Amino acid sequence: MASIAADMPIAPADRREARIAWILAAPAITLLFLFILLPTLAVIILGFTDFELGYGGFRFVGFENYAELIGDRTFRRSLWNTAIYTAIVTPVSIVLALAIALLIEAETRARAFFRTVYFLPVASLLVAMATVWQFLFHPTIGPINTFLGYLGISGPNWLGASGTVLYGLSIIGIWQSVGFNMVLFLAGLTAIPRELYAAAEVDGARSWFDRFRLVTWPMLGPTTLFVTTISIINSVKVFETVKTLTEGGPNKASEVLLFTIYQEGFVYLRVGYASAMTVVFLAILVVLMFLQYRVLDRKVHYA
Amino acid sequence: MTAHSLTLGRMLRFGLLSLGALLFLAPYIFMISTAGKAQSEIFSSSLSLIPEQWSFAENFTKALSRVSMPTLLMNGVIVCALIFLVQVVVAIPCAYAMAKLKFRAARIMMVLVMLGLLVPIHATALPLYVAFDRLSVLNSYTALVAPFSISVFAIFLFLQFFRAIPDDLIHAARLDGMSEAGIVARVIVPNAWPAITAFAIFSVVAHWNDLFWPLVVVSNQDFATPPLGLLYFRAAEAGDDYGALMAATLIITLPLVAAFLVAQKRFVEGITMTGLKG
Repeated sequence: MASIAADMPIAPADRREARIAWILAAPAITLLFLFILLPTLAVIILGFTDFELGYGGFRFVGFENYAELIGDRTFRRSLWNTAIYTAIVTPVSIVLALAIALLIEAETRARAFFRTVYFLPVASLLVAMATVWQFLFHPTIGPINTFLGYLGISGPNWLGASGTVLYGLSIIGIWQSVGFNMVLFLAGLTAIPRELYAAAEVDGARSWFDRFRLVTWPMLGPTTLFVTTISIINSVKVFETVKTLTEGGPNKASEVLLFTIYQEGFVYLRVGYASAMTVVFLAILVVLMFLQYRVLDRKVHYA
Repeated sequence: MTAHSLTLGRMLRFGLLSLGALLFLAPYIFMISTAGKAQSEIFSSSLSLIPEQWSFAENFTKALSRVSMPTLLMNGVIVCALIFLVQVVVAIPCAYAMAKLKFRAARIMMVLVMLGLLVPIHATALPLYVAFDRLSVLNSYTALVAPFSISVFAIFLFLQFFRAIPDDLIHAARLDGMSEAGIVARVIVPNAWPAITAFAIFSVVAHWNDLFWPLVVVSNQDFATPPLGLLYFRAAEAGDDYGALMAATLIITLPLVAAFLVAQKRFVEGITMTGLKG
């Protein structure tokens, strides 16, 4: 009976609904192909060519671009610098954000004020604030070195010396991203049921640290994983501060992945070669996302 | 726990938070203070925050004369508004079809959306640049807006939200004789305001701040967005005229910061809700 009913009058209505669904989704599907899928495919294909903007033709060169990448000192430097930057910014901004979120959550006074202040950098134009940091970091007239001078320390030439430039950029990166992570942690903290703390106390978790270790930290697991992934991806994408303040210098000491791609592709116009770099960049993002899913799958939330 | 340790702990906590807040605010404090100082005073490198002789007028005049600030801010508003409008108009019907209609392609669309979430503009920029160059649409609002007309993130966010809207509401509207387009406009959209505002904040913050794409497709001041304009200003401002530079950064940072301070609750909610993508 059911099969008869399904064959009869419902089918045309279903077909009509399917047609309307296609019409409603058509603009999105078209644009998705045009601006995401096709260009992604194109970048992979271009990575196998010697295409240069301004020259007419191009030919396929197989893995030549990738072979060149392996020996390219600028690119290797760029990967290494991006890794260092990420290795500094991600853990520091996560630990700081968690600490601030815990302090704000426990604080009764001026909560909204503190939340606003720490979040302010997220809502500020990074290129503009980078310019302010450049002044703060100025070796002779900058407030940071002036302050260090009062303490009897002669401060470094932060953004101008190859030994310190990555640390300077990392400080800006941390300052800019803590508020964002903090807001996510605050949301995670509010979602923890109060009864769990009471239960932990009954079970003998007396100190603040016991309660953190037994309740807060495990319950925050999903948030922490999420914040970690976003922080890593955002650090790998560092570009604005480098382009504005250092242009990869001095002496390639702040050359980072996106900046190198930008230079090769849009300044030297070596589109084929820059496409190969882009494929490496995409591969890094895919691996990071894959790792996140794996961890999410394995680690049950409240382990 | 004794009352004594409680107050000591609370004082320590409040002290730490205040110290941190001061450090986080320091760049803004120095920006405002330096924007009011004369060149000679800046070079005396003192830590005093209040200018000895007020030069705000002078610095702001310089900042406004080098680069057309009203044009920059206007471009920023136009580009962000266009991007947001197109994104919403394209994403909402699609998310509705995926969430509420019998749509066979919904599954494969979901896969495409998840794939799309992985691909940032930096990855598609090279082919898009070559194509835009061939079509000679570089240096235009079209070039600035087009690649962002599709936001897979918007589809993803709205999809989650639409699934929670009760089917009965839609059936009732259908019985009243409403078309599917009418349902989207008159039933779905009014019910989806929280998701739409959250996405608006995410989208505007992202595109107002974006330097990469404008840098790629725009090479003259007429179409420069605020971040790019500031880059031009820095280039024109050879040397260390930090007074004028700080005045310019102040003008350019102010609109979004003001918007944030006015609507901070919504901002924080929006960022929490859309936190998925940075």
